Amino acid sequence: MAFEKKRTNPDMEMMMAFRLLGCSVLAVMAASPVLAQELNALVWCDHADAALVAPFEEKFGVKVNLKEYEGTAAGMAILDQSQPGDWDVLVIDAVDVGRAVDAGKLAPMPADQLPTADFFPELVMAENNTRDGVTYAVTEKFGYNTIAYDKTKVDPADMADMATLTSGKYDGRIAIYDYYLPVLGLLAMGQGIATADITADNLAALREPLFALKKASKQVADVVAAQTALATGEVDIMVGGGEWVTAVLAADNPNLDWTIPKQGGLRWAQSIGIVAGTTQPDLALEFVKYIVSPEGQAKLATSACYWGMPANAKTGDVLTPEQKTVLRWDEQSEFLTRAQLYPIPDAALDTAMQDLWTEMLQQ
Amino acid sequence: MTQAATERRVGWGLVAPALIWTVAFFVVPFAAMLALSFARMEGRAVVAAFDLGNYVRFFTEWPLFKALLNSLEITAVVTVVSVALAYPLAAIIAFRVPVRWQRLALLLAVLPFWTSYVVRSYSWLLVLGQNGVLNKTLLGVGLIAEPLEIAATRTATVIGFVHFFVMLLTLTIYANLVQLSPNYARAARDLGAGPVQVFRFVILPLTLPGVVTGAFVTFVLCMGDYITPQILGGNNELTLPQLIMLQLGRSGNFPLASALSVILMAVITLAYVLSARWLRLDRV
Repeated sequence: MAFEKKRTNPDMEMMMAFRLLGCSVLAVMAASPVLAQELNALVWCDHADAALVAPFEEKFGVKVNLKEYEGTAAGMAILDQSQPGDWDVLVIDAVDVGRAVDAGKLAPMPADQLPTADFFPELVMAENNTRDGVTYAVTEKFGYNTIAYDKTKVDPADMADMATLTSGKYDGRIAIYDYYLPVLGLLAMGQGIATADITADNLAALREPLFALKKASKQVADVVAAQTALATGEVDIMVGGGEWVTAVLAADNPNLDWTIPKQGGLRWAQSIGIVAGTTQPDLALEFVKYIVSPEGQAKLATSACYWGMPANAKTGDVLTPEQKTVLRWDEQSEFLTRAQLYPIPDAALDTAMQDLWTEMLQQ
Repeated sequence: MTQAATERRVGWGLVAPALIWTVAFFVVPFAAMLALSFARMEGRAVVAAFDLGNYVRFFTEWPLFKALLNSLEITAVVTVVSVALAYPLAAIIAFRVPVRWQRLALLLAVLPFWTSYVVRSYSWLLVLGQNGVLNKTLLGVGLIAEPLEIAATRTATVIGFVHFFVMLLTLTIYANLVQLSPNYARAARDLGAGPVQVFRFVILPLTLPGVVTGAFVTFVLCMGDYITPQILGGNNELTLPQLIMLQLGRSGNFPLASALSVILMAVITLAYVLSARWLRLDRV
């Protein structure tokens, strides 16, 4: 009966429904807080450490919203799908700054306000961070993709030669870092090919060593999986690893170490820039300046996600002796001479490298 | 306005939110994904086109096609093992556990759902690893001389999946079993059927809809899962969702990723059609 009674006045029912909808919308609008000034940064996971951004937020009275991404393609896709002004700051692989500039994603920065004179000279990377004399990004952190290992389970002398990895001695005890650029770069150096000289023609020379390495390995691991595998003893060696894997685990597992083999290693570097179209370029610049200041650099270098060397050499005054030991601060001059930059493939070579990588994963 | 017309308007008004939601968040995105799957990459730019190249690549390049085979193989094993474990568990809860304890038993069964999916996968890694709980136990009691190599293998992926889906299937099968009138089994026994025959010819056929429904849900979730094979499988082989992620994260090849996603949806749709046909849903 109640059902029949309700059906007798459907117009009123509809009116009530619309009123309820209207009330709901008003309630939601009323509940929305007044937004404080916010800075939106598209970053790598090391920036998500609260200890890093908190001093900046406190000093400028702003909220820094961080979105993590992995891989330049993913970052560029996020920017492509965003409106101008959605993002203020971008952290990007230093070798991909040019790609972001070509895509119109980065805004010029005033070079005279950046402390690049205090940087390790190799880390200024003007050929990557500037275009036609205009600065679009600044290097903030670097490190190495080489060979990380547990020195209690592996003979450190063996790690000085990449050939040992596929000799059979360490079969099933190796993890490969799941990023085609550094690993293919390392293998290229093992074949006597400089990373800058990798082409579609000589890529075939890397096929056999890559597949041999996969055969000898236990897993192909991303950052977290690699750290877990080394920490739990699942593997004893990580190809493509470096201080970014071992340093964060040093306190719990001091047996983890890394080296640059005689064939050489790769140097990774990440840059930070201001996103084109930002509505608050001054605040974005302040954030960049904070990150490359010795204080910001020290926190970034020892971030909870992964450690790495700061680009600003003056950070040495802020880091503790223990932190500098873990980062192997005093050995940097030697490391820097023996490391090459990531390969910078064009689109066709990039596709070919990724196809080779996919084929390796399916072996 | 007639009452019938008013009722129609009210009906549309009530249906409209769900309809708009479905169109906005399923039909339109799917249409966009389908359209993108025919686009092509020129350099690093996506170019709108009607090009079957991405689909041709999938069916002609072995590493890509193998991802589908890997997904199907893993899903098949997971579904069969999960059903084989979940059915007796559901039967025990439904027929052996006193009614007043059944709720607690079901609660315990769904406990794993309460933890984060990622945390659960990493936990399994700690159990199955070389120095994990399982190996330490087996070595400790002398059952094995060398640690078993389970972590970072397909076996680990299957174990992680089965742990999750056994619980899901237990719920769907249990729901079927408790609705079953005991009179069917009594009648069969009166007619001379033994326990095996009662199960084979009475209980199993009547509970198959629950089994197939649960198996279908297992199939869908397992086929589309990216996390478990990534963490537990050690990235030693690619499943279809992992391949899709590779195209999105590393390559930025959205057209190929879209084509792979359409293929994944086609496989799941086919599975639905087959299971619906088998269940004769059209008769419902």
